[in-house]
Amino acid sequence: MTSSAIAVSGLRKTFGDKTVLDGIDLDVPSGTVFSLLGPNGAGKTTTVNVLTTLMKADAGTVRVAGHDVENEARAVRAAIGVTGQFAAVDELLTGRENLQLMVDLNRRPSGDGQRVVTDLLERFDLMESAQKPASTYSGGMRRKLDLAMTLVGDPRIIFLDEPTTGLDPRSRRTMWSIIRDLVADGVTIFLTTQYLEEADQLADRIAVLDQGRLVAQGTSDELKRQVPGTHVRLRFTTVAELDAAARVLPDSTRDEEALALRVPSDAGTTSLRALLDRLDEYSISAEELSVHTPDLDDVFLALTGHTTEVAAK
Amino acid sequence: MKSHSMVMLRRNFKHIARNPTTVFNAVLMPVVMMFMFVYVFGDAFSVGADYVDYATPGLMLLAVAYGVGSVAVSVNSDMTKGIINRFKVMDVSRGAVLTGHVIASVLTNLVAIAALVGVAFLLGFGPSAGFLDWLGVLGVVVLLGFALGWLTVALGLAAKSPETAGIASVPLVMLPFFSSAIVPAEAMGPGIREFAEYQPFTPIIETLRGFLGGAPEGIDVIVAAGWCVGMALAGYLWARSTFSKRA
Repeated sequence: MTSSAIAVSGLRKTFGDKTVLDGIDLDVPSGTVFSLLGPNGAGKTTTVNVLTTLMKADAGTVRVAGHDVENEARAVRAAIGVTGQFAAVDELLTGRENLQLMVDLNRRPSGDGQRVVTDLLERFDLMESAQKPASTYSGGMRRKLDLAMTLVGDPRIIFLDEPTTGLDPRSRRTMWSIIRDLVADGVTIFLTTQYLEEADQLADRIAVLDQGRLVAQGTSDELKRQVPGTHVRLRFTTVAELDAAARVLPDSTRDEEALALRVPSDAGTTSLRALLDRLDEYSISAEELSVHTPDLDDVFLALTGHTTEVAAK
Repeated sequence: MKSHSMVMLRRNFKHIARNPTTVFNAVLMPVVMMFMFVYVFGDAFSVGADYVDYATPGLMLLAVAYGVGSVAVSVNSDMTKGIINRFKVMDVSRGAVLTGHVIASVLTNLVAIAALVGVAFLLGFGPSAGFLDWLGVLGVVVLLGFALGWLTVALGLAAKSPETAGIASVPLVMLPFFSSAIVPAEAMGPGIREFAEYQPFTPIIETLRGFLGGAPEGIDVIVAAGWCVGMALAGYLWARSTFSKRA
């Protein structure tokens, strides 16, 4: 049990007659990044709310940092940091004051509070705006300040509920690198996201949540392996070449716009050689050849029978 | 370690300093009402006493009721912006954030009352209260401030958005008009008269009037204190339960 930062079994939650979480089991080893992936309304935020003591579960047991969330809520709260879906910063206070507020509320002050605040401002590149009210901050800055506030007590387990939703690509990259730095420090991260790429980039393990159930769990590669669909993509320079290739490779699919052909293949050397030989035989040459393994979008579609909609690129 | 309620109170003070319109409103509006009722309409009311002496206690209550209006909105915006959740998932004293709001509101009330009484004196207010009576006035104002403060905190927590929170506190501002604040209950039409006589604000106003006149009636004081404690308790319990339920 000591190696589990978060252990959940049989978690259920209903609101009225709507079942939001229908028996969730998961285990997050210490020092790893776990991502709960799912579209809007899948139950991600409810899961986070239960795991962070904000909501009581209807059934099941949840242990965070070795403590039961229901009976030892205070011990859980002392061990975790939470950054919610919306940047919860005090808009009338400056960035520095927001952080100072967290320092003042911290029951186990670690050293010099002023120092902690300044270090965090520097680390999150907020020094320049430290004296400005948070209401003047951009979305990306607010998220950074929000996360910095979460880090004040030096929590070992951090919950990030959709930390990059609504951010521009650049701010998203910044957020990712901040999260990677936290992981390097040995912090356990529970991340929810509706972006497949984000889970792919950051998480050691991914659980796919759909309508209150976990439909799959594993590493990004394991999930991808669950769906058949590895293929070779051949790109041509002219329609004539594309036509010729399509004739000799009858089970391929055409992509007219890209002048490309998708050929199902296990991507092994033998089948690749056979494919190339066949093209040679008919004197067809492709501009480019690439091997594709399915991405998480394909995985989601295969696992749930529907697309993620919001995450569709 | 500092008391969490004090940390939160300091946060509220900073809010007031950054956004002084709430206090400005809380002070200005009752003073304007006093000019309206005493200086503009005052001669038209016949209440058997100098009207400024009659109206001041009622306007004091109105000032408190009006002042707490902004509390519901600010508590609600803490709730809807996720700030309360942020505190809830930290190992922070439960309710410290609410206590901070209530204390800040009581202190705002006192500033508004001081300004109002100052203006009343300019308009010829002549209370016959002694030192102990003034202490009694202060006690009633503070108690009332806590009672309405906790009630509006609860309203703010329960409301869906800052807008509905603002509307939810409107009855508190209207209720003083259906009490003995502006004119005696006996002068009102049937139905309203009975309501005005028995609603909680009337004994509270009569208590203030008694203290300011230097001769408080024991029964009024007890009924007023009972209502205040009751409202404070109800508001507090309601706020606590909404606070722990809503995520």
